[in-house]
Amino acid sequence: MPRPHLSDPGIVTIKLRSGYNVGIALDDIEEMEVLERPEERRGPGRVDTGTGKTPISFLSTGGTIASYVDYTTGAVHPALTAEELAFAVPEVSDECEVRARVFSSVLSEDMEPRMWPRLAECVAEEFKGGSVGVVIPHGTDTMGYTSAALSFMLRRLPGPVVLVGAQRSSDRPSSDAYMNLRHAVKVAKSDLGEVVVVMHATVSDTVSHVHRGTRVRKMHTSRRDAFRSINATPLGEVSDEGVRWFGERKKRDVEVEVVNGINDRAALLHFYPGMPEWLLEDVVNRCDGVVLAGTGLGHISSRLIPVVKRAVRDGTHIFITSQCLYGTTNLNVYSTGRRLLEAGAVPLGDMLPETAYVKLMWAMGSHPERVVEVMRSNIAGEISERRLITW
Amino acid sequence: MVRARAGLEIHQQLDTHKLFCPCESRLSDEVVAEFTRVLRPTQSEMGEVDKAALEESVKKRRFLYQATDNSCLVEADEEPPHELNRDALMIALKVAALLNARPVDEVQFMRKIVIDGSNTTGFQRTALIAVNGCIETSFGKVDIPTICLEEEAARKVEDRGDVVVYRLDRLGIPLVEIATSPDIHSGEELREVAERIGYLLRATKRVRRGQGTIRQDVNISIEGGARVEIKGASKLPLLPRIFQEEVNRQVALLEIRDLLRERNATVGEAMDVTDIFQNTASRVIKTALKSGGVVLAAPLRGFRGVLKSGKYRLGRELAERAKAVGLKGIFHGDEMPAYGVSEEEVEHLREKLGLGPDDSFVLLAAPPERAWTAMERVLERARVAVEGVPEETRGPREDGTTFYMRPLPGGARMYPETDVPPVKITREMWEEVLRDLPPLPEEMAAHLVERYGISEQQAWQLIRDGTEDVFEDIASRTAYPGVVARVLLNLLPEMERDGLDVGRVTPEVLMEVFSRLDKGEFAKEGVEEILRAVASGKSPEEAISALRGGGEEELRDFIRRALEERRDFVVERGERAFSAIMGVVMKEFRGRVDGKVISEMVRDELRKFLEEG
Repeated sequence: MPRPHLSDPGIVTIKLRSGYNVGIALDDIEEMEVLERPEERRGPGRVDTGTGKTPISFLSTGGTIASYVDYTTGAVHPALTAEELAFAVPEVSDECEVRARVFSSVLSEDMEPRMWPRLAECVAEEFKGGSVGVVIPHGTDTMGYTSAALSFMLRRLPGPVVLVGAQRSSDRPSSDAYMNLRHAVKVAKSDLGEVVVVMHATVSDTVSHVHRGTRVRKMHTSRRDAFRSINATPLGEVSDEGVRWFGERKKRDVEVEVVNGINDRAALLHFYPGMPEWLLEDVVNRCDGVVLAGTGLGHISSRLIPVVKRAVRDGTHIFITSQCLYGTTNLNVYSTGRRLLEAGAVPLGDMLPETAYVKLMWAMGSHPERVVEVMRSNIAGEISERRLITW
Repeated sequence: MVRARAGLEIHQQLDTHKLFCPCESRLSDEVVAEFTRVLRPTQSEMGEVDKAALEESVKKRRFLYQATDNSCLVEADEEPPHELNRDALMIALKVAALLNARPVDEVQFMRKIVIDGSNTTGFQRTALIAVNGCIETSFGKVDIPTICLEEEAARKVEDRGDVVVYRLDRLGIPLVEIATSPDIHSGEELREVAERIGYLLRATKRVRRGQGTIRQDVNISIEGGARVEIKGASKLPLLPRIFQEEVNRQVALLEIRDLLRERNATVGEAMDVTDIFQNTASRVIKTALKSGGVVLAAPLRGFRGVLKSGKYRLGRELAERAKAVGLKGIFHGDEMPAYGVSEEEVEHLREKLGLGPDDSFVLLAAPPERAWTAMERVLERARVAVEGVPEETRGPREDGTTFYMRPLPGGARMYPETDVPPVKITREMWEEVLRDLPPLPEEMAAHLVERYGISEQQAWQLIRDGTEDVFEDIASRTAYPGVVARVLLNLLPEMERDGLDVGRVTPEVLMEVFSRLDKGEFAKEGVEEILRAVASGKSPEEAISALRGGGEEELRDFIRRALEERRDFVVERGERAFSAIMGVVMKEFRGRVDGKVISEMVRDELRKFLEEG
């Protein structure tokens, strides 16, 4: 058997007839005999992939939304092709024609910004190829970053782009993957024209929430309902019966438009008491733009304000968000804030720090002459003027 | 004598926190939150699904989980498991050592698929920790090929039909699983093996005690029969009866098979016979029809007399299959006409089914979908009757008989639990385990006899009852080991027979009573009265006070009277009258009250008497 990741190097793993794996010390092995070599197992054969139904594309990026298990070896195989996906999740081929494609196979924490423009182009290709919606299985760790990036890069959408993931591995019977995927497909078939994330709304297997791509954040390391809309309500709720929209949303357009230039010389810094000048200086020197997640209304230590002033004077953008995540920045209320404004820092209202970082790369890459103006305007729902008490 | 063999599988809860999180291992009534889930059978790469798993998913159910004060996100399957509870591993290794088993070099946890809802993840985490053990009883040696460490399942609280409610208090409690080879050949041997393993488990002092903390499953098969698993056969004295009843059941089924074969028996197709029973007097059928149900019947050709006559009870086996999908029961030819079904209706039915004199039938009524599913199960069982004994999982009843629960699960679907790092069992760990081994039963018996002066018979009885540890705990701290032994072996069983609630007489209660006996608060003859009072609901404090109080008042009255009766003598002698009065009082109260207490009270009363003049 393949060695488990943290197994001792002096141990060999064998599988017993009962199904149990045990570790045996190499030194203790007296004799070994090869009885037979099993044949390499092939995947599922002919599977109905929903031909003739509403075509929906599945662009996997490395997150395993579906898998199947070979119990003789214990291997877990990701379902990547249309056949494999339809085999592992037959309900999906009941709802749509499955058009599956592998975009990449990286762990989501290894996602790089330069992959986002290419992903946006792939999405556009799928729409041009006739799909009416695109589902993107994605690792949950950076799904919020990718959804924000696509929200900015896909300026017009003829259908929904739905990112979906699983907090519990899809090889287990309790996995949230299946309900999330089924609900994602329902959203992908709707008249929405935005980039969204669909995940469990509660710890129960009942409803999922549709989160706007620029407003969603992973707020728990492991719970099924980790994804929340911050400073906004979700766009809607999905159950096995269908989608129920909560309020305003962008509907599908006639064609797809991609604006995906990025300048990845940007940084996101989380301010903390004691942050030294040299750290901010160093970052500012290497970047064309920096997003600071300040404390409270968007404050940083007054020690660092001269650094900000110099940065802005030398042409590096400094944008302010809050590490509180909830609520809006306001640099008019306290003196530190006012001094930050004087130094040239630009507050971004209730935009999430991570979303601001992604938007900065996109604004600098796609609209280099109007960065500040673009950053302050509401492009894809990432900034709002009002925050309700009921949220 | 029929050749039968049995294997025993014991699951024992360990006395430590849960296996993969620090929550406490106990049951709880404090429900803090609820949530619902659906469990999905994972597709294997060949598209095959475990038969038992399929049966569960067919019932298409949601699961409602009750989170308790002693469950966390791990039990809710909302957080990955923490690292293995090392304490639990050491206890399990100790058990393995006591069973002469050899530990594996590295413990690797597996995920064993279970989708009946009892595990929130849809699998049980289990690992093989030791192999090649054995145990010896008066009947000889029995092999114990495997010892595993695994998680206990959630507790089923309610089955509401479309929703099953489980509580997470029990989920994750560590279990050690001990499985013997099917080397056991009699009911008595089965009981001895269970007893001995039970003793060894208790000897570690690290297993949970009380109802539900140990489960015994028995696998029995007879020559020509099939392996049947009887789940949850907890009461030791019941084991020989369960063994015998199962052997009898399988013998009868083999005889039925031979009879059916002789007759070339066949099972026919089911058909809807609702029209025959439109005006029936049978309450069961009428009720079913009123709520939109149907009546189905099927011919069982050649089955006359095997459904219910003498020791042949195939009819009960068929009914159990129908009950497993929600019906209350079935009717069959061997007991018809009855239950409101008329002779006429039976005739009509027999004609419609085209039955001959040796043929019988099965009849049931239920809502259409359930009726057809039930009939399918019933006929499947009838077909198997011609082949022999089916492999099954059955549940025990109080009288030793069993009922069908579900098909025997196929080979365990298992794959590695990659969230839990493997644990190497080092030489140092094993040496530590071997260093601290508790005594074997024989050693324990000898020790009890030598140290406490009880008889060998008493020592063995304590061991067999499982109370040798309670005995030692108390006897080691009191001057009355003989009394402790008699209380545990004779008095408590007697009290139970008298209908008293001996559950109230806990080890803690006994400890308190005996330590106060040691302090001289009462005489040993009072122990029975105190314990009976506790069993009737009094606290130990109340019971002891009552005994002393009654005695105390009685004593004081007696002393005063004694003094009054000898007024002149006492007045004359003054303080020196003490010994004479003591003599009189002791004659009456010797043994009932401690001498020291009496002497104090006499002195006290004497002084008061003299002062009053």
